[in-house]
Amino acid sequence: MGNVIGIGAAPKRKEDQRFLTGRGNYVSDIKRPGMAAGVFVRSPHGHAVLRGIDKSDALASPGVIAVLTGDDVADDGLGSLPCGWGITDAKGMPMKEPPFPMLAQDKVRFVGDMVAFVIAETPEQANAAADLLKIDYKVLPSVVGVLEAVRPDAPQLFEDVPNNICCDWELGDKAAVETAFKKAAHVARLSLVNNRLIGNPMEPRAAIAEYEPGTDRYTLWTTSQFPHVVRFLMGALVLNIPQHKLRVVAPDVGGGFGVKQFHYGEEAVITWAAKRVRRPVKWVASRSEGYVSDRHGRDHVTEAELALDETGKFLAFRVNTLANMGGYLSTFGPNIPTNLYGPLLGGVYTTPAIYCNVKVVFTNTVPVDAYRGAGRPEATFVLERIVDVAASEMGIDRVEIRRRNMIPKEAYPYQTPVLVQYDSGDPMGCLDGALVAADVKNFGARKAASARKGKFRGLGYSTYVEACGLAPSRFAGRLGARGGLYESATVRVHPTGQVTVMIGTHNHGQGHETTFAQIVSDKLGVAFENVDIVFGDTDRVQFGMGTYGSRSLVVGGAALSKATDKVIVKGKKIAAHLLEASEADIQFEAGKFSVAGTDRIKTFEEIAGAAYVPHNYPLEVLEPGLEEQAYYDPVNFTYPGGCHIAEVEVDPETGTVTLVNYTAVDDVGTVINPMIVEGQLHGGIVQGVGQALFENAVYDEGSGQLLSGSLMDYCMPRADHLPMMKVATHSTLCTHTPMGVKGCGEVGTIGSPAAVINAVVDALSHLGVTHVDMPATPNRIWRLLQNASLPVAAE
Amino acid sequence: MQISFTLNRRPTTVEVEPATLVAELLREQLHLTGTHIGCDTSQCGACVVHLNGLPVKSCTLLAPALDGATLLTIEGLTGAPGSNQMHPMQEAFREHHGLQCGFCTPGMLMTAVALATEKPDLTEADVRHGLEGNICRCTGYQNIVISVMAGAAAMHAAKGE
Amino acid sequence: MKPFAYHQPDQIPDAAKLLTSIEDSKLVAGGMTLIPTLKQRLASPTALVDLSKLGSLKGITDDAATITIGAMTPHAVVAASKLIQTKIPGLAALASMIGDPAVRSRGTIGGSVANNDPAADYPAGVLGLGATIITSKREIAADKFFLGLFETALELGEIITAIRFPVPVKAGYAKFKAPASRYALVGVFVAKFPDGVRVAVTGAGPGVFRVPPMEAALSGHFDPSAIAAIKIDTDGLASDIHAEADYRAHLVTVMAKRAVEAALS
Ligand SMILES: Cc1cc2nc3c(=O)[nH]c(=O)nc-3n(C[C@H](O)[C@H](O)[C@H](O)COP(=O)(O)OP(=O)(O)OC[C@H]3O[C@@H](n4cnc5c(N)ncnc54)[C@H](O)[C@@H]3O)c2cc1C
Ligand code: FES
Ligand code: FES
Repeated sequence: MGNVIGIGAAPKRKEDQRFLTGRGNYVSDIKRPGMAAGVFVRSPHGHAVLRGIDKSDALASPGVIAVLTGDDVADDGLGSLPCGWGITDAKGMPMKEPPFPMLAQDKVRFVGDMVAFVIAETPEQANAAADLLKIDYKVLPSVVGVLEAVRPDAPQLFEDVPNNICCDWELGDKAAVETAFKKAAHVARLSLVNNRLIGNPMEPRAAIAEYEPGTDRYTLWTTSQFPHVVRFLMGALVLNIPQHKLRVVAPDVGGGFGVKQFHYGEEAVITWAAKRVRRPVKWVASRSEGYVSDRHGRDHVTEAELALDETGKFLAFRVNTLANMGGYLSTFGPNIPTNLYGPLLGGVYTTPAIYCNVKVVFTNTVPVDAYRGAGRPEATFVLERIVDVAASEMGIDRVEIRRRNMIPKEAYPYQTPVLVQYDSGDPMGCLDGALVAADVKNFGARKAASARKGKFRGLGYSTYVEACGLAPSRFAGRLGARGGLYESATVRVHPTGQVTVMIGTHNHGQGHETTFAQIVSDKLGVAFENVDIVFGDTDRVQFGMGTYGSRSLVVGGAALSKATDKVIVKGKKIAAHLLEASEADIQFEAGKFSVAGTDRIKTFEEIAGAAYVPHNYPLEVLEPGLEEQAYYDPVNFTYPGGCHIAEVEVDPETGTVTLVNYTAVDDVGTVINPMIVEGQLHGGIVQGVGQALFENAVYDEGSGQLLSGSLMDYCMPRADHLPMMKVATHSTLCTHTPMGVKGCGEVGTIGSPAAVINAVVDALSHLGVTHVDMPATPNRIWRLLQNASLPVAAE
Repeated sequence: MQISFTLNRRPTTVEVEPATLVAELLREQLHLTGTHIGCDTSQCGACVVHLNGLPVKSCTLLAPALDGATLLTIEGLTGAPGSNQMHPMQEAFREHHGLQCGFCTPGMLMTAVALATEKPDLTEADVRHGLEGNICRCTGYQNIVISVMAGAAAMHAAKGE
Repeated sequence: MKPFAYHQPDQIPDAAKLLTSIEDSKLVAGGMTLIPTLKQRLASPTALVDLSKLGSLKGITDDAATITIGAMTPHAVVAASKLIQTKIPGLAALASMIGDPAVRSRGTIGGSVANNDPAADYPAGVLGLGATIITSKREIAADKFFLGLFETALELGEIITAIRFPVPVKAGYAKFKAPASRYALVGVFVAKFPDGVRVAVTGAGPGVFRVPPMEAALSGHFDPSAIAAIKIDTDGLASDIHAEADYRAHLVTVMAKRAVEAALS
């Protein structure tokens, strides 16, 4: 007999056995009989007219099976890659939505844009043939930066998108903000860049497609965070394959972070190609190929202004942002810098008036879309940075200015001026907890010790909130979502009482196989090892929206909880029948159904068995079987938040910033498995630290070449960059999710960049430094110090 | 060409093209897909295996170099075939949540075992430095570092017995 | 990777003969530079001549005034060598800073020196110590060996067999790692001999180079303070997305000071 392992316990993960022994099943591990190899030929130019492709030499090359181009796509009448969100501008006009062909037609718009697909017996042969394609490009000037792209004389990506502006979006009460600024005692101003990032899950993207002529069915194995959405977008909108004829499988996936939550052209091309060549076809990206094709993240240029009264109370906040979309609209592209950004600009503060304008801009770069945090780290960064700027300009302590403006615990639920209503939270509690945990009291002594070694030490705070658990469909629909954002779960109880759960979220590191089993074990009283979680296969799982936006536990877990409740309801009916009692008298606790006030009991296993042996069932009121399904659509977002405190040491001689301490106290609601929550926080924090200190995707203006095109030039955080972090939770319960959970997948990434940069600025503030753009690389810091004024307040 | 080597304690002879990477040989020809390929610039360490007891990147090793050598992959790190007995380092990763998506894990484990074999009393700094060629995007490394230290201690305790 | 033939000679003359007789053939040592190049299809030799069966290219020998390291000696062996740690600790430290453990298992000193990557570490040690490169044909002084970006004095078919290092009074290496690749953004090797000091810089320019003003200053007074004010001309230094030339120039001074500190510690 195994044990019930419930909510709050930290069992070792179920999924670990296969990963630890090299027996995971990732897409690139899969082989199909008769499989051919495909390679994508990509544009080497940022911007060019595609005048023609001569396939003849490539087709004659040994082992080549087919060479497909945009003309073939057009001949087959296939659709363009769809965008899942349609946002509107201030006047209610829809965004510009130019087509995104799966293989380029007429023009290429970024280095990496797909031009052809070559299929051969082996990858080597496909590569050799790809070299023989004669592609006639007329190279045009590229534009890669948002500031440059909106200039009147900038290269135009699309004829019908003037100034490359996809949408001029706004949120908030502009007039109220203007009035408040007129009354302000002080206005803090900040210009900043939110750097462009490449998600870099360690598993490169890959896909295998197969077509079975006998059943007219297609199967696509893909490195995806949301196979059902791929099935819908690709089947219904791109390839015209009926949903019931298309199976999408996302097996073990080696990390996602958003990068794998889009429908990519590669998926559509390979599925279409598999039917054309009547062979299974496999494509595995190299990391460098991923750099020019995985959707990038962030890339904002922002001007922000904060109006304050003489006591440091925030009166109004105004933000103008240019957000880079890259060469086309990706699946969630336009939603990220708008709906997931503007509504978070209130932060944990009582700022009464907020206005935000975002110009969403096309450039000759890889399409930009969600990357861990998506919109919310950008909002947090702007806000938490300008709060520090205001504090220093007004001579108010940085913690004190936060306290003066923080939403008190009692004020929840709290309606912000930017749509969202926070249901619960205790930012002050998180701040107080973090101040103690980070030993801020003794920071002065540590700073002095650093100074003795010739180093500058700084401390940085970020008190933040985020909107998670994407998403209430009604809310999302109002903002332009073209689909729902609910989740579904099926709980199948087998005649022996073991349980299989089919769920529409996707596990790629988050530990769902463990956490979800804990929920079922807890609620049904079945042994933890008797619960298995199935995900990632549209033929096995009813439906689902996948994993992103810290939604799996919040939305998927809620669906699972609901489905489990339904199993208990059904179980009670069966127990009432077996125990000859009224249904209302049946109680269920710790895996046992009993008649209230008696010792008459049926175990969960007995009920499960009886459900499948309905020899004398009242069949008119009781169906055989024990399997229930639920869909859950949240009523609101959840609002995890917290306080992060970073401590850095700067070596002024080289400009190197070293993160020496990191403390996070987060409110993630109910914790199902503390071990997994901690792991999510660690990973999230380090991704934010990566953005703050190391990572930068750099393009060459003019040619559109990606200069940080491999791991040799794109700096990923490594083990020796980091200290041991302290993470803790200080939770309030979400008032509207079934278990009080809020989600934890993104909090680390959202809170940390501002904390780190605030610490860097603090370390250098005595030199007159007021802002540092990310990443704070040694080169950048050294240069800043070269230009810095002499010490304004020598210590 | 034909090469013969010891693979996970078993003598193995295969016919290979010289231009075959060991990672490809393992994954495509020998169906040992536990060795992962995470990059094309020899930077990530997902592919680390042991060649004659030393950690090497199998994505940057040509198959002919295996001739006459001893190769250990993640599949050979566990006890005798079928025993399901995990290596102390594997146990430590499970115990301390040293993995999330699992993609970097085989390379991490192989690097960690080599590190612990080379130096019995690892400090945190030793471990962080020793993992500089292994990238993990999921864990933030903290639990990996803790796992490696615990795994190393367990390896040496087991040896001491 | 394009197909190629593979040879594993066990005599140096055989290896040399294969190299000269097969057009577009290439030596492979540890493969840590060559194989990535082949994978990216930046080179496509017709044949590889593997040096690993040449036993005489391995090992470290000591003769009081010099230490000779066989060309096929991996970085990890140099880093862990008690002999080198005692006699030229700066060189052992340098080897321990190359790449990562897996790279150090395979990569060799001969391969690194023959390749002469402008950001590689060993060229700084070899030039800084005024070592002698011993080849299948002759002996070449370090000062005559490194000719520029990936260019050396090696002729077609010439194989490095060993490198002979004079034992210095003191020596140290300081490396500022490029953030992503971890090669040297700037690395400085400083060696003090009874007759003077040598300073060699890697990473900063198109190839390893010496800094005579620093050498003169340190020969007078072997202390970081002696060179703190010496600035390097930015002319000819590399500029890229990680560092512009002026930053590299600045780092040369900083790393040189730290190399002296390391030598003194
Ligand atoms: C991830 C990674 C990180 C690295 N980091 C660093 C670093 O930080 N610092 C650093 O210095 N290097 C670094 N390197 C390079 C590494 O040190 C290489 O090992 C070295 O530069 C080449 O040595 P090799 O034995 O591998 O040579 P190979 O790759 O086998 O050969 C390199 C070249 O030298 C020629 N050659 C090899 N041996 C001889 C010989 N005996 N005589 C004549 N020609 C010969 C070959 O024909 C080839 O052209 C790194 C490599 C990798 C993969
Ligand atoms: S796959 Fe070998 S180092 Fe990345
Ligand atoms: S566990 Fe996912 S990359 Fe390390």
